[in-house]
Amino acid sequence: MNDGLPDAEALFATLRDTMAASIAIDAKLVGVYSGGAWIADRLAKELDGEHEIGYIDVSFYRDDLSTSGLKPTVRSTSIPFSVEGKHVVIVDDVLFTGRSIRAAINTLFDFGRPASIQLAVLVDRGGRELPISADYVGAPLIVARHLMLALSKDDAGIFSFTTEPWKAL
Amino acid sequence: MLSKKNLQLNANGDLHHLLSIEGLPKRIIERILDTAESFVGINEREVKVVPLLRGKSIFNIFFENSTRTRTTFEIAAKRLSADVINLDVARSSANKGETITDTIANLTAMHADMFVIRHSASGAPHLIAQHAAPHIHVVNAGDGRHEHPTQGLLDVFTIRKYKKDFTRLTVAIVGDILHSRVARSQIHALTTLGVPEVRVIGPQTLLPTDIERLGVRVFSSLEEGLKGVDVVTMLRLQNERMNGALLPSASEYFSRYGLTPQKLALAKPDAIVLHPGPMNRGIEIDSAVADGKQAVILPQVTYGIAIRMAVMAILAGSTR
Repeated sequence: MNDGLPDAEALFATLRDTMAASIAIDAKLVGVYSGGAWIADRLAKELDGEHEIGYIDVSFYRDDLSTSGLKPTVRSTSIPFSVEGKHVVIVDDVLFTGRSIRAAINTLFDFGRPASIQLAVLVDRGGRELPISADYVGAPLIVARHLMLALSKDDAGIFSFTTEPWKAL
Repeated sequence: MLSKKNLQLNANGDLHHLLSIEGLPKRIIERILDTAESFVGINEREVKVVPLLRGKSIFNIFFENSTRTRTTFEIAAKRLSADVINLDVARSSANKGETITDTIANLTAMHADMFVIRHSASGAPHLIAQHAAPHIHVVNAGDGRHEHPTQGLLDVFTIRKYKKDFTRLTVAIVGDILHSRVARSQIHALTTLGVPEVRVIGPQTLLPTDIERLGVRVFSSLEEGLKGVDVVTMLRLQNERMNGALLPSASEYFSRYGLTPQKLALAKPDAIVLHPGPMNRGIEIDSAVADGKQAVILPQVTYGIAIRMAVMAILAGSTR
C-alpha cells in the first residue's frame, strides 16, 4: 500500500462479492480500457455463470478532443456479442466525473439496444459532472482533485493503485 | 521559398498538418497506423459513425478532379461526425481569378476547421498551411508530382496487415515513378518504417535522374526487379505520358512492364500486389493479376477510409 491508498485487491474482492449477490447469471461484462478491461477479465473468471466479455476504448466518444487531443494509443473497441436485449455491466476502475462512462454508454448504443446497463467500479472518488452513479462499488474514496488515481497490474496480475498529477491524456 | 521544416508539427511535436511523408518521424507514422487499426473496427460495425469530430467543418477543396480520393475523405469525415463541404474549385472561383490564399481566407471566415487539398501544383498544400490561421489543419490529398501522403500511409498500412514486420521486406514499385506522387510518399513511408530494400522499376524515361538519393535500387527490367520481392506496387500509367513521347505505345509498355501472372511468379510465392487505382487493365496490370488472390487492391480502398479517419482525428486533437 502506498500513499495511504486502499488495497486494490481487497476492493476487488468486495466488488466481486457484491456483484455475485445480484447480477444476472448471463450478464455481459464490458470493460473500459485499460483498468476496467483487467477488472472485467478477473470478474468473468471469478463470478459464477457465463459472462461474455467485451472491451471499450472510449477515445472516439470523448467530449474533450479539442482540449486534450486524441489519446496517443487507442485500443480497438471489441464487443464480440450482440448487446441487443442483453443485460450489460460496464466495468471501470475509477468513477470520477462520469464523462468516460457517458462515452462508454454511447459506444454501447452504437452496437444495439441493451435491455439494461449497469455500472461496476472499483473506486468511486466523487466529483461527478454528470448524473451518473455506480450500481456496484468496491469502495468510495476521497482523492485530492489535482491527483489522478490509476489502477496498475503487475506481472502476476495483482492490482494496485497509484496516484500522479493529472497529465493530458 | 516554401519552407517544409516542421510546418507539419506543433511545438509539442504532434501532427498539426499532414503535408508530406518526407520529414515525418517514425513515431508519428506508427501512431497513425495504430489509430487506423481501431477505426477498421468501426467500419465493420453496423453503426459506422463515432461522434469524435461533431461540430467540426471539413472542407474538401479539390483544385484537381479526383472523385475517388474525395469520396474516401468524405466518407472518413462523415464517419467521424464532421460536417463535410465539398468544393469543386476546379470549376469555381479560381476560374474567376481568385488566388488560393484568398479562397482559403474566405473559407476560414466560414468557420472551417480543416482543409483537405488536392492541387496539380506541387507545394500548394504547404503554401496554404503556411498562410492558414493557427487553428486550421491542412491535409494534402495529392499535390502535383510531390506527395500523396494518405495514399502512402494506406499502402504501408495494407502492407503491415499482410506482412507484419517491415524490417525484413523487399518492396518493388513499378511504372511511372517520375510523375508519381504515390511512389514518392510510399518510398518515404517504407524507408522511415525500416524496410531494408525498396526497388523502383520502370523505363529510363519514367525514372527521375536522382531517384537513388531516396535510398532505392533502380531496375529497368521488370523480370530482374521482381525477383524475390514480398510486395509489388503497380503504378497507374497516365495516358497523357504516351502523347508526350515518353513511351512508344500501350502494348509495348504492357509487354515490358505489365504485371502478368508469369512475371509475378518471379516474386516470392506469398507476394502481395498493390495498386493505388484507377487501374488500366491490360496496360500496367493483367486482369488475371488484378483479380487474383495475391492482389490486395480492394482492401487498400477499405483501409484508406480508416487511415483518413485516423489522420483527421489526430489532427483535430492538435492545437497550436
